[in-house]
Amino acid sequence: MDTDLSFQKNNDLSIVLCGQAGQGIQTVEYLLTRIFKLAGYNVFATKEYMSRIRGGTNSTEIRVSSEFVGASVNRIDILIPLDRGAVGHVEKRISPQTIILAEKETIADDFDQTRHKFIDVPFAKTASDIGNKIYSNVVAVGTIAGLFGVEWQTISKYVKQYFSAKPEDVVQSNITAAKEGFTLATGLINSSEIKIDIRNDTKVKGQILLSGAEAVALGAIAGGCNFISSYPMSPSTGVLVFLAGKAKDFGIITEQAEDEIAAINMAVGAWYAGARAMVTTSGGGFALMIEGLSLAGMLESPIVIHLAQRPGPATGLPTRTEQADLELALYAGHGEFPRIILAPGKIEDGFYLTQRAFNLADKYQVPVFILTDQYFVDSCYNTDFLDLSNINVEKHVVKTEVDYERYKLTANGISPRGIPGFGRGLVVVDSDEHDQAGHITEDLGLRTKMVDKRLRKFELLKKEVIQPELIGSGSYKNLVVCWGSTYNIVKEAVKNLGRDDIAALHFKQVYPLPGETMEYLQRAEKTIIVENNATAQFARLIRLNTGIDIENRILKYNGLSFSVEELTEELNGMLDHG
Amino acid sequence: MACWIMGKTMDAQIFDMDNIDVAWCPGCGNFPILMILKKALAELEVEPANLVLVSGIGQAAKIPHYFKTNVFNGLHGRALPPATAIKAANPALAVIAQSGDGDMYGEGGNHFLHTIRRNPDITNIVHNNMVYGLTKGQASPTSQMGFRTPVQVNGVFLEPFNPLAVAIALNAGFVARAFAGDSEQTKEILKKAIKHKGYALVDIFQPCPSFNKLNTYQWFKEHTYYLEDSHDQYDRNEAFKRATETEKLSLGIFYINPDKKTFEENIGTYQENQQPLYERKPDIGKLRNLIETFKIAD
Repeated sequence: MDTDLSFQKNNDLSIVLCGQAGQGIQTVEYLLTRIFKLAGYNVFATKEYMSRIRGGTNSTEIRVSSEFVGASVNRIDILIPLDRGAVGHVEKRISPQTIILAEKETIADDFDQTRHKFIDVPFAKTASDIGNKIYSNVVAVGTIAGLFGVEWQTISKYVKQYFSAKPEDVVQSNITAAKEGFTLATGLINSSEIKIDIRNDTKVKGQILLSGAEAVALGAIAGGCNFISSYPMSPSTGVLVFLAGKAKDFGIITEQAEDEIAAINMAVGAWYAGARAMVTTSGGGFALMIEGLSLAGMLESPIVIHLAQRPGPATGLPTRTEQADLELALYAGHGEFPRIILAPGKIEDGFYLTQRAFNLADKYQVPVFILTDQYFVDSCYNTDFLDLSNINVEKHVVKTEVDYERYKLTANGISPRGIPGFGRGLVVVDSDEHDQAGHITEDLGLRTKMVDKRLRKFELLKKEVIQPELIGSGSYKNLVVCWGSTYNIVKEAVKNLGRDDIAALHFKQVYPLPGETMEYLQRAEKTIIVENNATAQFARLIRLNTGIDIENRILKYNGLSFSVEELTEELNGMLDHG
Repeated sequence: MACWIMGKTMDAQIFDMDNIDVAWCPGCGNFPILMILKKALAELEVEPANLVLVSGIGQAAKIPHYFKTNVFNGLHGRALPPATAIKAANPALAVIAQSGDGDMYGEGGNHFLHTIRRNPDITNIVHNNMVYGLTKGQASPTSQMGFRTPVQVNGVFLEPFNPLAVAIALNAGFVARAFAGDSEQTKEILKKAIKHKGYALVDIFQPCPSFNKLNTYQWFKEHTYYLEDSHDQYDRNEAFKRATETEKLSLGIFYINPDKKTFEENIGTYQENQQPLYERKPDIGKLRNLIETFKIAD
């Protein structure tokens, strides 16, 4: 049996761990990504899981590479099934090249062993010998890291650090488990059962390993966020959890509201009193926030909304991914008012865009969305240390005088924003149509002026738009258009095609749409939209703004992100092969 | 400006607005509440620039527009969440959340429950006329059984919402009921509520001369009485008992729990740093150190 992976193309291996919820797969992912990073490998990880606390079948994919990797692949080079049913769960991704490392007894006759490259590794038996089957996952960590040639010192140090809050005997048992796993790996290597040889990358050491949720949360801190009110909802909760953990260090008021309605009304109230507030939510929760969004539109209140998309309608698939709430974010809220929608592609975009969102919201007194999805928030990879040199918390609050009026009619539509208790003036805001002082009015002439004033800000927003990024050849004939979390998947797929007549155009600001969009599209002979939804919502927005119809569509809406291979194949099928 | 009312230097007129077009009907119970609240605030020497009136939507919720102070007139039913956040963002501000019974107990019922649990240092004044005024006469959560309206054509058959009993059940820090027709008593109750550290509920009975022909000034006079001086305001069981009386409805301070920590104290944001949030900036050095941990370096 050929189990030599040393000449794997691109020095890039995909490991998939699969098992029940509660078996500690998350722990394995967490430990392995960090151990690989410490050992100087490029690493990417993403997960797909069922909406339950115990049982079911979940899987985590970890790519380990000598070069940067930032996207999910379909291919499985090494599969580690931790229970029965795991192999079936990922069956379609298993190829004749896939090596399955598993304990025969655990997975029993779950698959036809003659059809697969199978290596029997006694994870559970080893764990039981140490004292508890629960250590199986850490045995696996030791084995996998060992197979990649990671030094024992690196592994033991990190395992020790990870469990450091636990009682001493637990720490010791986990270290023993990792060590036994490591010894199993040494045995497999020595008996030439498996050989893995991936170069590490000196760049990785100085880099950071960051998930999408962490990037957004750190961006919020950098943006001066000091108030977050939200209601837990997958997949948006990670941001709330992260900020709650740092609340004391950074002086962030973190409140779990009774519902999303309270959450957004709190956030608007907090901005009114001078805080920099955000909410984090997902589709159904955001639906409850919509009246509050409209309130922000009327009060001309800044607000930052992290909307992590998952498939709907209604409860949909709670733990899966989709890009189907673009139009929801775009059109949510009764009445007409300006807004900004940002959609990070690279993990680090999550940081820079969220940081920027707070300044934009404060400057223009508008809602700013950070539109992510489950795939984005739950994925992580190594990236350059975040650049803090240009981080400025731009505050646009004025000290008020006695004659202060909150809604002064101004040429550019922005009325200087005062807050109560700062200056001698009074700050009056009203969800009713209001006069310049902020008090309720039914003067219909004034109503028109106030609408015009609010909408004038939209013209300013257009001037501060982030341009799309062109990936690939500037002299393209074929242009692949994408937005948000698909960035790295599209980038790798386009690279795989190996053609110089194709490029990708990625938007991390989707609204207002950048002015150069039309020019980019007009230069292409063929345009293809790639979206993780069923109706090509972004293509519709582009047509609305440019009149250009992107006819070629690659859409996916089964709840999973694209894989690099399937996108490569779909793109290939759409291109001319003259 | 200063005239000496009850030995205080601040005149209630400091809160008066010029040239306002008041949207209330003649004889509305909102008028005396407006006047009483201004007096209470003046006697407590609350500066208009240091006060925020937060309201929802409805006739009562228009009260901030007739007040010279900071105003957050938000959405229907949603006065309490922003009021909580305003106080948390800047605890130096005095914050009053004020609306009608439909707004606070109907549309905003969930916020009412959880704001009591959260215990921000705000005063919650509810103008309770047992009817929807602005939408022209439908039943409110506090409408009495049998109350007929164009919607409740056979009379209300839902159990009336009892805000005091609910608040006491949730161990609210300060629970009182007043009557708009009794200005002196109501003013004293309001002053105590505003001074109370933590969430304070004052439910104020008021007639609606346009849409509630049942619960008139006369009706309230006949169906209410003040709690005796001997009532133990610190006895929660007794307070609950008095709040659930139905023959006659008592007025006064039912319950005080002086030992509760406020939301602003519990969140810890002001333990070491008294600055309101608007004066703060993130510590980029600390952020750099935090990001450093993502290197997972040796």
